[in-house]
Amino acid sequence: MNHHILTIIENTFIAKNTYKLLLRGPTLEEQHPGRFVNLLLPGLFLRRPLSVCDSDPGSLLLVYKTVGRGTEQLSALSPGETLDVLTDLGNGYGLSPSGESPLLLGGGAGVPPLYLLARRLRRSGRKVTAVLGFNTAAEAFGADAFRALGCDVTVTTADGSLGRRGFVTDAMPPDYTYFYACGPEPMLRAVHRLTRTSGQFSLEERMGCGFGACMGCTCRTPAGPKRICREGPVLEKEEILWEG
Amino acid sequence: MGRLSVSLCGIPLDNPVIPASGTFGFGYEFAEWYDINCLGAFSFKGTTREPRFGNPTPRIADCPSGMLNAVGLQNPGVKDVVRRELPKLKAVYRKPVMANVSGFSPEEYAEVCEILSRESQVGWLEVNISCPNVHGGGMSFGTDPKAAAEVTRAVKRVSLKPVIMKLSPNVADIVPIAKACEDAGADGLSLINTLQGMRIDLKTRRPVLKNTLGGLSGPAVFPVALRMVWQASRAVRIPVVGMGGVSSAEDVLEMMMAGAAAVEVGAANLRDPLACKKIIDSLPAAMDKYGIQTLSELGGLSHG
Repeated sequence: MNHHILTIIENTFIAKNTYKLLLRGPTLEEQHPGRFVNLLLPGLFLRRPLSVCDSDPGSLLLVYKTVGRGTEQLSALSPGETLDVLTDLGNGYGLSPSGESPLLLGGGAGVPPLYLLARRLRRSGRKVTAVLGFNTAAEAFGADAFRALGCDVTVTTADGSLGRRGFVTDAMPPDYTYFYACGPEPMLRAVHRLTRTSGQFSLEERMGCGFGACMGCTCRTPAGPKRICREGPVLEKEEILWEG
Repeated sequence: MGRLSVSLCGIPLDNPVIPASGTFGFGYEFAEWYDINCLGAFSFKGTTREPRFGNPTPRIADCPSGMLNAVGLQNPGVKDVVRRELPKLKAVYRKPVMANVSGFSPEEYAEVCEILSRESQVGWLEVNISCPNVHGGGMSFGTDPKAAAEVTRAVKRVSLKPVIMKLSPNVADIVPIAKACEDAGADGLSLINTLQGMRIDLKTRRPVLKNTLGGLSGPAVFPVALRMVWQASRAVRIPVVGMGGVSSAEDVLEMMMAGAAAVEVGAANLRDPLACKKIIDSLPAAMDKYGIQTLSELGGLSHG
């Protein structure tokens, strides 16, 4: 966990309700895939957590969807402005169990954290398949970036306006060694039900602090309660008990 | 004795800044951000007899100048607190800690207090009779003078350490509750716990919190907290720990002028993990600005 004041380099519209935010800071370290950062935004009391899309020493890329007041405020900020950011939060993805040909399943705002994961998996020579799902063509982003890493990419849209019609679970390849999934809960439940290997899920919850102090984001697991912000946001398939 | 030192129920504090229960875990998360031995003390996560998962999520909602929570007293239970949390805390914190206790009956409060008061790390017991987020316990004891006195007597009978009763602001008049606790033997009071509140998500037309209602904290509640600290501290002779939206050294001074012997800091810790350290570091300059030589001279200036 670290604290940084970062400068906005770019904050641009890339798809419907979706923005790309590039931040720089001289002391910023390379982030582990699947971890998140927590941003202090003007006029809001609590910070807003966002997953890391890409990271290099000194720079941080976040891709976010405007879903409420926090992300709407964020989308109004301009290059040159600074943000107070807590970084290196959460556990992140475990790369070692991936096997030779891991499958990445991303839905909408859940696609970004899979990008840094894909980059790391490709760097260690894994054959990566990515299935990226969106509601409609206007909301789609990221497929080319995954392709540029050398991933085998399939895009699905619920309305069929781009790629295959249907959900990510309709386009899963028959063979893969392990999976990583991030997306809306109905998608994650379907992935949980339909995958035949072990895998990891990146989860989302409203958070108070983001660093384990307030117990605001706890979920149940067979091994007892876990804080999404601290023991998560990545949980293994076997740890997840869907509620409700 | 430094300029910042104060005393709480006979125990000296290096400064009056105490992170509030529920915003500081069992301390060690914050020890990753700074050396928590700079604190006056801190109040650990509310502990009950049995382990509690707490309420379903979402448990948190943002608000103008504050936040709602409905965590619902998630904690590992007193046995695990003694066996696991306190030893972990000992590795990073060497001062007396305030043990925050919750319960669902006077007997349960007493049992947990008895266990925790035997721990050498524990300096004070802070007895939470004001949690708004649990049913059948918590706040129901803190909104009735008789029930508040009953819990106070039950824990006083078994406690080897000073007992501070943590009061709810969700009452028409704080004075009878404060007096009832004092008459029943409390060594101190702390207030305010959160104010009951609610938010609705315009998109779903449903409450943001799964529990529907939650407790409001943060700068939004500071004036209400200050008012109640002032009312309670002039009604009793025992020390009052002031809390509710304290976010700066100036807020600490204001609380102490209202009558607080020490000050707890809650929601600010969740927004900025370094909040308490920053407040402590900026106290001397704030005191200089207002011509305050020592904090111990402040207690209840406004009661004259």
